Amino acid sequence: MTTADREHGNEHMDGPGTLDTGRSIFSGVLVGIGVAGFVDETIFHQVLHWHHFYDRSTPTVGLVSDGIFHAGSWFAVVTGLVLFADLRRKHAWSKPRWWGGWLLGLGGFQLYDGTIQHKWWGLHQIRYHVSIWPYDTVWNVLAVIAILIGVALLVRARRPEPAAATR
Amino acid sequence: VLLAHGAVDSSGLTQLVPALPLLIAGALYLFAYRRVSRQRVGWPFARLACFLGGVVAVAVALLPPLAAHDEAFPVHVVQHLLLAMTAPLLLALSAPVTLALRTLPRRRRRILTAVLHARPLRVLTHPIPAALLDFVPLYLLYLTPLYGYTLTHPVAHEVLHAHFLLAGCLFASATVGVDPLPGRASVRVRGAVIVLAFAAHATISKAVYAAGPGAAGAPDSSLHEWQLGAQIMWYGGDAVELLLVIAFALQWYRLEGKRYARSRQSRASASRDPVSSGSPPTPADVR
Repeated sequence: MTTADREHGNEHMDGPGTLDTGRSIFSGVLVGIGVAGFVDETIFHQVLHWHHFYDRSTPTVGLVSDGIFHAGSWFAVVTGLVLFADLRRKHAWSKPRWWGGWLLGLGGFQLYDGTIQHKWWGLHQIRYHVSIWPYDTVWNVLAVIAILIGVALLVRARRPEPAAATR
Repeated sequence: VLLAHGAVDSSGLTQLVPALPLLIAGALYLFAYRRVSRQRVGWPFARLACFLGGVVAVAVALLPPLAAHDEAFPVHVVQHLLLAMTAPLLLALSAPVTLALRTLPRRRRRILTAVLHARPLRVLTHPIPAALLDFVPLYLLYLTPLYGYTLTHPVAHEVLHAHFLLAGCLFASATVGVDPLPGRASVRVRGAVIVLAFAAHATISKAVYAAGPGAAGAPDSSLHEWQLGAQIMWYGGDAVELLLVIAFALQWYRLEGKRYARSRQSRASASRDPVSSGSPPTPADVR
């Protein structure tokens, strides 16, 4: 069915299609959250063993938040990619908005993880038995940079829109 | 059946009792599959594979060697993953009710339809009650002494296994089931319930890890064994969640594709012959 769709892709008058800006951002945000969650789990928990599975100091609210983001990031990466495929199929994908959303999702998750989960609730630390502040600083500064670039991309993507709409 | 578990020294034969209903279920599905395959509209082989996979998952959980050692917490958790999550997912994707409706004689078909539309079942197959029924008992099981009780009472042990399978099937069919449900929840509600349900599963896994065997009334279990079980629950839950979400997302993708193709078709016919076409004009795209 999908191949049939693609074969008929450019026959009709809807040509490049109307860009679905909202869904492009949403799809990017989802994949960004998913990638951040995935990197957190594979690199920091499994490969480097920097993070700990459980830290004695974790309060219940931290466990719940951890559970939501853990389950949410799997859900986000799969549904985000399928939304992406759907946008491409409909020729409605807006590249700058998608990447803007992606950076926003990635940075937002990392900042939330690095401040509220790691620091406030003390879910676990980035690394143990070392001086922690350089890790925290790099972690959170990178997150803020990602968010800022994401916002900049989204703002810039908005600007040419009135011109394109009137054509 | 009821006495087959828990007692390690029970004879080999009684341990094989759960195989009987499973063999019957598999044979029935195969029989129906062969009958439907001869009809004009066939039946996807993938659904047959899903059903048989689901039956195998239940068999692995309830038969030796696993069932003979399920007093150990990690083994119990593997059973839990198979019975409450893996098997229900595969069974829900195999559309057994649709297959039954297509092969049963008319009178029995009507009985089945009436059962499916019965109010209690309609309520239970909504994702929210189904998820609550699945995950609230999970909390009670591992964070109150209930788990210890099931270790010493064979009947409770069997009831627990049955609950795992049935509640899991309700949840899976409410969220990704292929069988038509009366009053199926919207894709947003189902998506939200999937995230929250697996979040609950992950949270409980970590809480189980933190609370230790004492809280579950299983002081005989070693801390190491207990923490291993909790980690199997956490990561195993991930694997099943990933599969379930892929099924959920692809179902939406396919449905959205059909919707899209239909809207293109109506749009194309409208532009070709805007007067006689019954479909409404689409002002935005036709410049």
